Amino acid sequence: MGGVHPPENKISEKAAIEVLSLPQKAFIPLGQNLGAPAKAVVDKGASVKVGQLIASGEAFISANVHSSVSGKVARIDDVLDHSGYRNKAIVIDVEGDEWEESIDRSPAVIRECNLSSEEIIQKIKEMGIVGLGGATFPTHIKLMVPTGKKAKCLIINGVECEPYLTSDHRLMLEKGEELIIGVTILMKALKVEKAFIGIENNKSDAIENLKRIAADYKGIEVQALKIKYPQGGEKQLIKALIGREVPSGKLPLEVGCVVQNVGTAFAVYEAVQKNKPLIERVVTLTGKSVKKPANYLVRIGTPVNNLIETSGGLPEKTGKIISGGPMMGKAVVSTEVPVVKGTSGILIMNEKESHRPLMSNCIRCARCIGVCPMGLEPVLLAQLSANERWEDAERERILDCIECGSCHFTCPSGRPLLDYLRVGKNKVGQLIRTRAKKI
Amino acid sequence: MVANVMLVSIISLSSIGAASAIILYFIAQKFKVIEDPRIDVVNEMLPGANCGGCGFAGCRNFAEAIVKATDLSDLNCPVGGNAVMTDIANMLGKAAGTKEPQVAVVRCNGTCENAPKKVQYEGAASCAFAHALSSGDSGCPDGCLGLGDCVASCKFDAMYMDPVTCLPVIIEENCVACGACVKACPRNIIELRNVGKKSRRIYVSCMNTEKGGVARKNCSVACIGCFKCEKECAFDAITIKNNLAYIDYEKCKLCRKCAPVCPTNAIHEINFPPRKEKTEKTTEITEAV
Repeated sequence: MGGVHPPENKISEKAAIEVLSLPQKAFIPLGQNLGAPAKAVVDKGASVKVGQLIASGEAFISANVHSSVSGKVARIDDVLDHSGYRNKAIVIDVEGDEWEESIDRSPAVIRECNLSSEEIIQKIKEMGIVGLGGATFPTHIKLMVPTGKKAKCLIINGVECEPYLTSDHRLMLEKGEELIIGVTILMKALKVEKAFIGIENNKSDAIENLKRIAADYKGIEVQALKIKYPQGGEKQLIKALIGREVPSGKLPLEVGCVVQNVGTAFAVYEAVQKNKPLIERVVTLTGKSVKKPANYLVRIGTPVNNLIETSGGLPEKTGKIISGGPMMGKAVVSTEVPVVKGTSGILIMNEKESHRPLMSNCIRCARCIGVCPMGLEPVLLAQLSANERWEDAERERILDCIECGSCHFTCPSGRPLLDYLRVGKNKVGQLIRTRAKKI
Repeated sequence: MVANVMLVSIISLSSIGAASAIILYFIAQKFKVIEDPRIDVVNEMLPGANCGGCGFAGCRNFAEAIVKATDLSDLNCPVGGNAVMTDIANMLGKAAGTKEPQVAVVRCNGTCENAPKKVQYEGAASCAFAHALSSGDSGCPDGCLGLGDCVASCKFDAMYMDPVTCLPVIIEENCVACGACVKACPRNIIELRNVGKKSRRIYVSCMNTEKGGVARKNCSVACIGCFKCEKECAFDAITIKNNLAYIDYEKCKLCRKCAPVCPTNAIHEINFPPRKEKTEKTTEITEAV
């Protein structure tokens, strides 16, 4: 239902994953996931090694943060994030590249996993793994099935429907075996016998590669999917792969499945088989004017500027620098901003591409309603949001919005629908939380 | 025959009408809402702007509250002011409270010159939206965004956006301190402060709580929380909290000692006469004849 066809622009899909050189200073925020930020467990001046725990996730929905570099903690300070607001982060002066001894750095692929389901989940929690598809939800919580619900299958998201982004694509091509083993580990954690991997048709080499590898493993089925944005949305993927619709306001467990990104599956392999916490990830650096579009393996906390410089510097007439893709990404206010667990790509848009069309009045064409993949009415929700009618917006199911941006992309009057929806969702969320507190 | 039909219809319709009238009269009496007639009188005396500045839902709602209250000291109409409240109190035979007249004050001086733009915002032209999406174009997360939610909320023509400074300006004569702009600002930059003797007031024109060095990078007139003003004030009116100074308008005696010691000129004095320049003693050089 719904969906749009933005131009794919997968400029960097042929660029093999390249290890980015270490930064001089790493800025590691304490809050890199959905839920509460972690609490620092190191002090200023402490020496840290790669993979050492530097912040502990204490609240229920929280995740551990590990150092991605070795060196000395310079300060624990407020650091810019992409929106320009500052949040607490641990700043480390990088010295050498010393890793924790417990981490297995050998390239050998380890196939056997003898841990129990509970042990796997505990390991994933310790290693600070969060959803790398962009939502950064702590993975160990997703795997803990509450009593009363049962998981029947695992769904792996290899769709990467955002234009320009290719980090998942390269991961599927170059680390296919490790990825599939990560999938089996997740299956064991969830106690399911079946897993589906969904990949869009524009990545035929990845589909072939994974099909070939998955043939040696029981219960894993790779399926090619039609190209449409947002095929990679959780609920859209579930509908496409197993034909079930998740009811409004409910989670995928309601229809018996759990969805994880391919990047998360790979991180799980490294965490469980190699004892490696989440300290680096593949980030696409791309854009029409970029001299060298690439897919870098980046240490968490590296300033975005390092990626831009390695790719030939900021092109002339750059308009916007976006963390993420052109549909759901957010414009960054400075290149000093660090790469965090949820950074899937940095997109450099030239001036011509960057300007938003002039906003004019709604002409009631209903195109936004036609493209909404969740069956909502963006024109109504945006209007309610603009008029601060939060209870009405809640009733009209604004919280079902997945912020895919299809409505904003389609509007012929240039109305910033996604902006209105994001603010509305935020305010309605706050409203619900205050209501819960009062009760 | 025809006359007969006419007579029958006239009589039957009239009797139905009369019967309905009688029934309705009794029902109206039974379900009559007895309202204090003073509420209407008080309502007539109020300005009728329905601005909500009193904290109630419109003038009629406020009139009800006044009539029901035994003590009027907490009830105040900012538009009508003390004059209206005294008239109403006298009419009702109660004692009126007096409230110091107040005016809205914009506590930010991040003009386009002082806080130059570092990024360009192209979203919906609303401060509430810009605030939710990013820290703003100057980099100061607490400063004025200049998109005019406050100006749009003013029903008394007391505000306009200055195109040169990109900050809202309050027209003192029109401001009734209803509080609409205070509520509209997502960053709580606007505050209702006492008008002050001879309309004079002193306030810190900054809301930034970041450390001094960080604040100064984004805006040249930011408060850096250096404590100089707090030390200077002889009346304990200034407190520094979270790297930001705040002047309590109840305690401030308008002595003007704090403003010149501020290294970033963040303290503003309004409606004061210009300061006398200090003259240096000059020594005359006499030429030898």
